[in-house]
Amino acid sequence: MNASEIVAMLESRFGTRLLDRQLTAPDPFVVVGATHLVEVMRFLRDEPSLRFELLHDISGVDYLEPDPKKAATAGFTPHLEVVYHLQSFTHRHRFTVKVLLPRWRDDQPGSLPELPSLTGLWGSANWHEREVFDLLGIVFVGHPDLRRILLAEDWVGHPLRKDYEFPLEYHGIRAR
Amino acid sequence: MTATATEQDQTIVEFDVRTDEMLINMGPQHPSTHGVLRLVLRTDGEIVAEVIPHIGYLHRCAEKIGENLLPIQFIPYTDRMDYLAAMNMNLGYALAVEKLCGQQVPEKAQVIRVLACELNRIASHLVGMGAYGLDLGSFSPFLYAFREREMILDLFEELCGARLTYSYITIGGVHDDLPPGWLERCQAFLDYLKPRIDEYHTLLTNNHIFVQRTAGIGVLSRELALSYACSGPMLRASLNREAGDPEWDLRKLEPYCGYDSYEFRAVVPPFPEAPAGVVIGDCWHRFYVRMLEVVESIKIVEQGLKRYRTASGSHRIEPPRHLPAGEVYLETECPRGALGFYIVGAPGKQAVPLRVRAKSSCFCNLSVVGELCKGCLLADVPAIVGSIDLVMGEIDR
Repeated sequence: MNASEIVAMLESRFGTRLLDRQLTAPDPFVVVGATHLVEVMRFLRDEPSLRFELLHDISGVDYLEPDPKKAATAGFTPHLEVVYHLQSFTHRHRFTVKVLLPRWRDDQPGSLPELPSLTGLWGSANWHEREVFDLLGIVFVGHPDLRRILLAEDWVGHPLRKDYEFPLEYHGIRAR
Repeated sequence: MTATATEQDQTIVEFDVRTDEMLINMGPQHPSTHGVLRLVLRTDGEIVAEVIPHIGYLHRCAEKIGENLLPIQFIPYTDRMDYLAAMNMNLGYALAVEKLCGQQVPEKAQVIRVLACELNRIASHLVGMGAYGLDLGSFSPFLYAFREREMILDLFEELCGARLTYSYITIGGVHDDLPPGWLERCQAFLDYLKPRIDEYHTLLTNNHIFVQRTAGIGVLSRELALSYACSGPMLRASLNREAGDPEWDLRKLEPYCGYDSYEFRAVVPPFPEAPAGVVIGDCWHRFYVRMLEVVESIKIVEQGLKRYRTASGSHRIEPPRHLPAGEVYLETECPRGALGFYIVGAPGKQAVPLRVRAKSSCFCNLSVVGELCKGCLLADVPAIVGSIDLVMGEIDR
């Protein structure tokens, strides 16, 4: 099944709950709201003609131009994106689902945005969500074990955020 | 004093001994964890109740580095992900950038890429095979494997001067053309390697002790492998051709670099020559799939050597100066599984990408180890972890 058929199928099922669709991109994708994510993903996994058994990757992207002088010409408004790369083992087609999130929950700097966890649907979501939480600071609600995975447990901040400040010192080790 | 029958009977006494659960720390400097992996085992006597992997000891945040460098500058960092298969890492990144730029490299460059990647796959599987024997207490296969691997490294040294971190495959092709006489030396190596494969089968595959240690251990079901998005030999060893499972190899499914024009097969069980006692998805199958992939890679390299003589075009074309806006996700088949690169080009005119994401195959393959080791014996943990063939550099990035 090609991308336009997958999108048509999602549209007939979810209608306006699909916030955006992009069919001309090299990897076509749809954008879903955080509240409907689990519902859409469950449909993608279980619908016999779709059967996305493989969740290959979850990546977070921080859309922010840290330099205020360049922010006007950056070409995007500041936000976070979580990108899910799926593939079907049965039908071999690939598809991408995106969720757009604010950089901070309720625009309160320091309070991390939230997204429902997909650990109930795919086992691979467990570690990938931990990594996104670790490096980008997105809280996955319903995750059974949301700890940092690559960084130390007492690490401060989320390095893949564009405004991350590099620590000058860690446990007495000077960085520069 | 006379002892009663109960006190003399050892088996009954053992039942009375209550064992407490014990936490055992394995690693990060344990020889059978293949690098700096730390496993915390919760055991009840000899039975493992839970395995909790702790990773991140080699974390260098390569993805953040990628956001601050030109794509061509990031190539040396990909070397350091899976350092046993650096050619394949280079290729994954180069192909993803080329896909974003809409570039197609000439035939000659493609043939050299296939040659380099398949030789690296052989080298990587040789280390995987040798180190696995080492995990299970057999030292000699490791030495034989390194003898053969050394010759591949010599061939690579002639190509690019480096023996481990090549940065040879680059955006737009490969860094240099093949040196004179390389084709003949490569063919001579293949002729040397082919009869050696049987030696490995004698040393390990059909070795009674080896089979006892691996048969029926750590059985990964097809459903679990799919749920955890396992890939590469790990996934293929859990499939069953006779039950209608496809040849799940990205070189076959989504051919890149002209792999569709080479004759080879993706290795999927069942194997009629398998010894008694092995089941699909166990450690023995994961090991054996790798061994057969070496044979398939030799076939591909031989075809590539012939093809190079008639290949057209140059070994390298000029890469574009600016990354276009947009995003691509591309997976390639590396020795350890599917390596994915997700690259987002910034919408503004910028030379550096907005995001570089490397999806590691070992990362997914390791995440399933908690499920695999549930209820196994303590001595089977190295057998299971070794059969995944981990490279921590790729997991931690």
